[in-house]
Formats: sequence, structure tokens, C-alpha cells
Amino acid sequence: MTDDKRPVLCAEGISKFFPGTIALDDVSLTLFEGEIHALLGENGAGKSTLIKCLTGAYRRDAGTISIDGTDVNPTSTLASQSLGIGTVYQEVNLLPNLTVAENLYLGRQPTRGPFVARSRMNRDARASLKEFGIDIDPAQPLSSYSVAVQQVIAIARAVELSGKVLILDEPTASLDRDEVQLLFSVIHKLKERGLCIVFITHFLDQVFEHADRATVLRNGQVVGTRLLRDVSQTDIVTLMLGRQLEARKKAPKQVVQGDTLLEISDLAKTGTLEPFSLNIREGEVVGLAGLLGSGRTETANLIFGVVKSEHGKLRLRERDIRVNNPRDAVAHRFALCPEDRKNDGIVGDLSVRDNIILALQARQGWTRPIPRSKVDEIANHYVRTLDIRLANLDMPIRLLSGGNQQKALLARWLATDPDFLILDEPTRGIDIGAHAEIIALIERLQQDGMALLVASSEMEELVAYSSRVIVMRDRCQVGELSGDDITTDNIIQAIAAEPMTGAA
Amino acid sequence: MSGRLFLRRIMPQLIILAIVLGLNLIVFPDFFKIEFQNGRLFGNLIDVLKRGAPTALLCIGMTLVIATKGIDLSVGAVMAIAGATAASLVVDGHHWVTALAGALAVGALCGLWNGFLVAVLRIQPIVATLVLMVAGRGIAQLITEGTILTFLNPGLIHLGAGTVLGMPTPILIWVLLGALVTLAVRKTALGMLIEAIGVNETSSRLAGINSRVLLLCVYVVSGIGAAIAGVIVAADIQGADANNAGLWLELDAILAVVIGGNSLLGGRFSIVASLLGAMIIQSVNSVILLSGMPPEFNLVIKAILILAILVIQSPKVGHLIYIIRASAPPPKVNPATQAKETTQ
Repeated sequence: MTDDKRPVLCAEGISKFFPGTIALDDVSLTLFEGEIHALLGENGAGKSTLIKCLTGAYRRDAGTISIDGTDVNPTSTLASQSLGIGTVYQEVNLLPNLTVAENLYLGRQPTRGPFVARSRMNRDARASLKEFGIDIDPAQPLSSYSVAVQQVIAIARAVELSGKVLILDEPTASLDRDEVQLLFSVIHKLKERGLCIVFITHFLDQVFEHADRATVLRNGQVVGTRLLRDVSQTDIVTLMLGRQLEARKKAPKQVVQGDTLLEISDLAKTGTLEPFSLNIREGEVVGLAGLLGSGRTETANLIFGVVKSEHGKLRLRERDIRVNNPRDAVAHRFALCPEDRKNDGIVGDLSVRDNIILALQARQGWTRPIPRSKVDEIANHYVRTLDIRLANLDMPIRLLSGGNQQKALLARWLATDPDFLILDEPTRGIDIGAHAEIIALIERLQQDGMALLVASSEMEELVAYSSRVIVMRDRCQVGELSGDDITTDNIIQAIAAEPMTGAA
Repeated sequence: MSGRLFLRRIMPQLIILAIVLGLNLIVFPDFFKIEFQNGRLFGNLIDVLKRGAPTALLCIGMTLVIATKGIDLSVGAVMAIAGATAASLVVDGHHWVTALAGALAVGALCGLWNGFLVAVLRIQPIVATLVLMVAGRGIAQLITEGTILTFLNPGLIHLGAGTVLGMPTPILIWVLLGALVTLAVRKTALGMLIEAIGVNETSSRLAGINSRVLLLCVYVVSGIGAAIAGVIVAADIQGADANNAGLWLELDAILAVVIGGNSLLGGRFSIVASLLGAMIIQSVNSVILLSGMPPEFNLVIKAILILAILVIQSPKVGHLIYIIRASAPPPKVNPATQAKETTQ
């Protein structure tokens, strides 16, 4: 189908180096007019870097970009806009306190003499938004409309400014089902106009429903460009995650089945998580698999009370409990190591010592300070057993490396002696040595009878330590694997399974 | 914090204080002379300690508020409200203890209001406390019914103008409150939890810290400190002046906290350093007064002195001093200093 279409943008041999890493390695991408092109890949695969090189936000270190056959060299997003490449980012970068029309025409307002021709601007804005399928009052402030409408307005602005290639970075990440429909109807209209739309997303269902082609990146390289009608979701997921050369042989697990610790039934919040149920026993590691944005982190946050759930019940040791905030969760001996270590985990300027003792101290209450000698004992114990490398306990935790920060956070929670430990991406962004140690620690904790829920995007890791794996997709629980069924292949199958299988 | 670390923390403030006191000595040779007359201590140094009382009292709570990444602009106005409350209570014939208790309760209530806006409604602290800063003087005027409410209650006056064992009461009060709050935050876990909130509230919440209650508390402490300061100022002049009591003093309190080396971005704090900051400000005031310069120069000179203090403390200058020090010795020492640079 692309044969009869004209290529709009050709990028060839794009490379981008950052100190210590190769972010993009000889990446080539051809975009045709009138196509919807999905750009796929796990976190760190290089999608954003590629976009930034195309739009001039980054200077590429090698390679050529041509638009309509002529070589171009955009040096800023502004330059690329005038060349015809418009970009809309996930977090709408418009000004919420200005009106819709002002946002659309910011910097190019129609004027009458020195004054802005407000009524004409509003009239134009309304007309142009109508073409995008939304009929709203452009004189209202942007913030009075939903995120989806704001997205459409951002798209409208980008299209009017550029008009050849429209790049959407995770446009549907924060939208509900109807809003996604609205957005894609706009995208299809633009496609008919002959624009090329590139979108980055983690929602494979949307890719297969709407996109024509997909380019998959992994570790800074293009691992394949596919016509989507020729391939299945499994093919794409395999491309994204890489072919596992050999499924790591799992040591036969002596299944230590303790009593049921926690029963989660129908935990849900609109737009965040579809009803989620799970029974977890003592001494059990339940893995949470799924692509990014599939609802893994949301699940962890809802269980821990970081985000308040709208529905659902928690039963701990056959008693109903309520978890309205993390404090309640800690009181029930839950613990959560969050995914975003820097923003949700460490308290950067405080010492490693304070960081380790923080959760225990918070649970004890401020009136019962933990004596200094006890604090040192606890901190030193975990520094030793987890092998946290540091100069001294007084150094601010932000100066530690990622892996050591993660271990210090684990120490913070282990110090509270939790019954139920939730780990969200415990091995992201840490070096291989620390990686192995954290996996060993998970296995050790399991043997001690702790119940663990581990969300991870690393399939092999999940296979290594999980007694069961829950598979998530599009914020839904879509499958569960246990025993010998836990293999990377099966997890990939379950992630990619067609939606008709429904919730398990 | 161990003794050595504590000393290192407050060393810059001690040095600056010594320099400013030295300036006092230059312009007024008898500055350090303290006499004991009529059962009380007299001397310029005592004056500095006494006149600095309101700022000192304000900066105790302000330090805690700023440690949580907040700010309390309303303390000056709360002083006016508390002074007016105490004055009107004694004028109505109540005992001075009742008046003091009433003023403290009003201060706590003001703090609770600020804390509610910040911790529960999540309004930015600078805006939230601006409300009471503006409204407070109006409230104080309503209490005094638009006049300067004078009183002659000896008990209340004693709080501002009296002495205990020869030492002016205000000095005892701020030293006592400072010690009390310092012990309260450092001997319990409060200090660490407050610092944690200031550095990263999300992480702290996830670690199970009740940030809402702690935020409320620091604003209440700030309100109570302001109330005490308000009572002292009113007692000193034997009247409650709704318009001028504590006027612009919130800025002095913030300045004291900053001179105390506490970051306005929250986090680690030292109340003792802030109190030294308050004394530095009062010593600067004293230099200007004692030098006999025409009053119209006062504010300008104060501004210049404060600017000098802040510039000396700024990270850029600190780095510059470090560079100058590192490059001053002959070349053969350089490798060692360079090595030090790279390790940092």
C-alpha cells in the first residue's frame, strides 16, 4: 500500500552519542504521506531521542534527513516546524490559563493595527477546530476542556504550523476510551489530508487498530519496520523485547505455600486501573508483567494507597482492611519501593542513615525517636547485608549510584519488617552487579516467608523468581501464569494476546 | 549532630556576628560594657539581645516553616493581632495570665489557619500566608477598635519591660523558646521528618510520614512564636498598635533564617543558626544607631551590610574563595589541590 505513496521524510543513518552510551545507532526511517506510523520500543530504546533528532531538539552526530527529497538540517524545533514537522508531546505543552484561540494563534495572532483582532481570532479558531471534529467555544480558557480536547488543540496548532509530518509522543497515555476514539478520528482525518502521522505509544491494541506501519527500536537500533496488516501482535512484542536466546532454565522451585496473606478483590479506579483481583500467600513472589503503561505501577500505587481506589476490597489475614494512604499501608506492614526512585523514593539531601530509618521512624511516630545507637545498628546492618557502597552514613543519598540508592530504599523498607513488599521495577537503571544482588535478595526474602509483588518489564527476571505471573495490558488484568507455564515466551504471548480473550 | 559538626554548621554565623559586633566596638568603644544597676543588667550588648527578641521569636517558627519548603508572611500581622488581643483582655479587667493565654491561643489559631490553607487546601505557602498578612492588621484594628489600646497592667508590662534576676524578660523568653523548640525537634524525630518533607514530600508521604499534620504543626509553632513576640512588643510600649506592631518584621525573620544558612528550598535546618542570624540583624541595627549617622541613612546602610553578609555566604563566592585558596600556593602544591577538586 505504501508503494504508490510518496515518501515525505527520509532519515538515514542517524546516530546520536551520549557520554558513555550510544543512544541511536545508524537508524533509518522513511515516512510516507498519508500514513499512520507507530514508533515502538521499550523504555530507553531510543524513540524519544530519534524524535528529538528529527525535530532538531538534539543535534544528531551522523546521518541525513531529507524532506520531500531535499536535505534539511533542522537546528531547533522552530526550524523543523517551518520545514513541516510538528510535534505534540505527552504532557500538553500549551498554556492552560490562556484561551483556546490564544493558544492556537500564540505568536501569530491576527491583528488590527497594534491590537489583537480578538473576534476574528476566535472566529478563525472555531472554524479550524471544526475541521478537526470538535466544536467548542475558543474564547474559553484551555484549562476548561478535557485533556483529550487539549490534545486535539495542540495537534491543530502543530498541524497549522507545520503540515507535513505530525509527531505524537504518547498521545493517549492519559486518555480514557472515548477520548482515545476522538483523538484517533482526528488522526484519521489528517491522514486523509495526506499528512504523515508518527505516534509513539505503549498501547499495542491502538497500534494495530489505527496504524499502517510500525518501526520497532531496541537499544538504539531499528530492529524492524513492519506493515501491520502482515504481522501479529506477538511478532511485534518479540521484536520489541528481543529474541530471548534461551529461556533461562528455572531452578525447580520448592513451592513454599504459606497461608493466604492478602486478598485483593476488584481494586479499581476509573481511567487508572480496571478491576484487579489477587490472592497472595506468604512466601510467594507474584510477578506483574506487561508493557509500559499497562497498569503495573498503577496497580502497585492503588494497593499501597498512593492513589485512592474507587472500588475494591482488601483483606489481610482474613480481616477487612482499609488503605487510604501510604501511612495506612505501612501500618499494615506493607512496603513499596516505587518505580521513580528519584522523585518518589529517595529524600535526596538527607543522609543515607536518615533515608534508611525514615519509614520505620514514620511508623513509630515522632514522639518515639529511635535512639542513635539503634539507628546506626540498623543502618550498618543493611549496609553490610545488602552491600551498599558508600563513604559514610552521613553522606546525602543523592550522591550514591542508582543501584546503591535502590538498595538503600530496600533497606528503608526491610527495616520496617514488612509482611508484604511491593517492588516496582526494582532493577531499572542499575548496573548488572546490583541487578543480580537484588534478584538474589528477592529470592531470599521469599524463603523467609515474605509475600512479594514485583512489577518488572524484564521478562527473564520475572521468570527467574516468580511463583506466579499476572499479565497486564491496557490497565487490565489479562492473564495469569503459574508453575512451569512461566516462560518468557508465554508472557510475551499473554501480553500480545488479542483482546478478544478478555480478562482472565 | 555531634558537637564538632554542630560547631562547623554555625561557624559562619558566629564569625559574621563577631565581625558585626567588632564594628559596634569601633563606633562605640564601650559597647561590651555591662553594668548591674537597680537590680538589672544594663549595656549595649544587653540591648541587642533584648531588642532582637521579636525577630528571634519569629525566626524560630520561620525556620521550621522554611524547612518544609514553605514561608510564613503573616507573622508580623499575627504579632499585631496577638498584641491587640492581650491588650484588650487586660483592659477588660482580666488577669495578665489570661491575656497571655488568650494571645497565644489566637496565635495558634492563626497558625492553624495558615496550616490549613497550606497542608489541606494545598495553596502555595507564599499566597496562603499572604492572606493573613493582609487581613491580620485589619483584624487587629477591629480588636483595638481603631485606637492604640494602652494598658497599665504590671504583669503584662513585665513581659516586655521587666527583668528576672536582672536579665530582661524578653531575652529569657526567646532563649527559652529557642532551646525548647530546638530540643523538641532534635530530641524527637520531628526534625528529621520535617526535613524529609522539605526535601521531597512525595517520597516522605510514600514512606508513611503524615506530612499534613506536620505541616499544620510548623505553622502553628510559627503562629505561637509570633503571638509571644506580639505580646512582648505590646508590653514594651504598654499599648497595642494594630498598624505598626511587627510591621515588616516577617521580612527580618526570613532574613534571619537565610543569614542562618538555611535554604529557602527547604530541607536541613538549624534553629540556633537562625537565632544567630536574628542577633546579627539586631547588631547591624545597633551599629547604625551607635555610629550616630543621620537616620535617613539607616535603611540604606542596613541593606548594604546585609547584602555583604549574603554575598559572602553565596555559593559562587564560596567557590571563588575556594579557587583563590587553591591557586594561591606555589605550583608544587597544585596536584594535591587538584586531586581534591576532582574528588568533590
